[in-house]
Amino acid sequence: MPADIPIAIASDKDILEARQRGRALALQLGFSVGEAALIATAISELARNIVLYAGHGMITLWQHSVAGRVSLAIVATDQGPGIADVALALRDGYSSSGGLGLGLPGVRRLMDEFEIVSEPGHGTTITVRKWRL
Amino acid sequence: MEVPILKQGPFLIATIQAALSDADLLQLRTALVHQVVRSRSLGVIVDVTAMDVMDSFASRTLLEISHMIRLRGADTVIVGIQPEVAFAMVQLGLTLEDIPTALDLEEGLAHLQQKFQTAH
Repeated sequence: MPADIPIAIASDKDILEARQRGRALALQLGFSVGEAALIATAISELARNIVLYAGHGMITLWQHSVAGRVSLAIVATDQGPGIADVALALRDGYSSSGGLGLGLPGVRRLMDEFEIVSEPGHGTTITVRKWRL
Repeated sequence: MEVPILKQGPFLIATIQAALSDADLLQLRTALVHQVVRSRSLGVIVDVTAMDVMDSFASRTLLEISHMIRLRGADTVIVGIQPEVAFAMVQLGLTLEDIPTALDLEEGLAHLQQKFQTAH
């Protein structure tokens, strides 16, 4: 089993594919159906942000196992316009695209860990992780 | 993947049968709004039992469907939101606002029938 699964994201079909593969991997790693749904939803939001704001990018699914603790990480990267004010984008209710919403505060709540690196003009990388209970 | 829309008396039933892409959801929106006019329907049920994920786009599209159909004088009921999908929606901060929801198709139909009877 490969350690990482890269999925190119450029259209709404890719969003679907990414979240279905994420769910399958989560279930395979022993996450509950409920946790797998949270993971699939987070992937859907992150992948849509890529399509919406950057046009194309990449979602990579990573599985980790440390001392018997299993986690699944999702890395969403793009070379899009980047986020000028990350703090603002992480605030609930904020949207820069007329109500479409980045949904980042929501994604943060779905997962256990959340990290964002964004540079205006160079793109955004968001890494989120869920630990198996 | 096209969503079949069945006419049952004064109501329309759209049963989502697999995970839908954004384009599929928009196609469903267009089809329902047209069909509700053509069939002079009083109510619409959207069965989302098979939906794997209800993210911000799906929620917003269902809201739009409900609002557009209301402008046509008909009601929309969403049925079959799975427990884990509901949990993820709440975590994500999504609501379906004022759209009525029901456990399954049967309850959704009962909701519309009751409303239809009390209105006439």
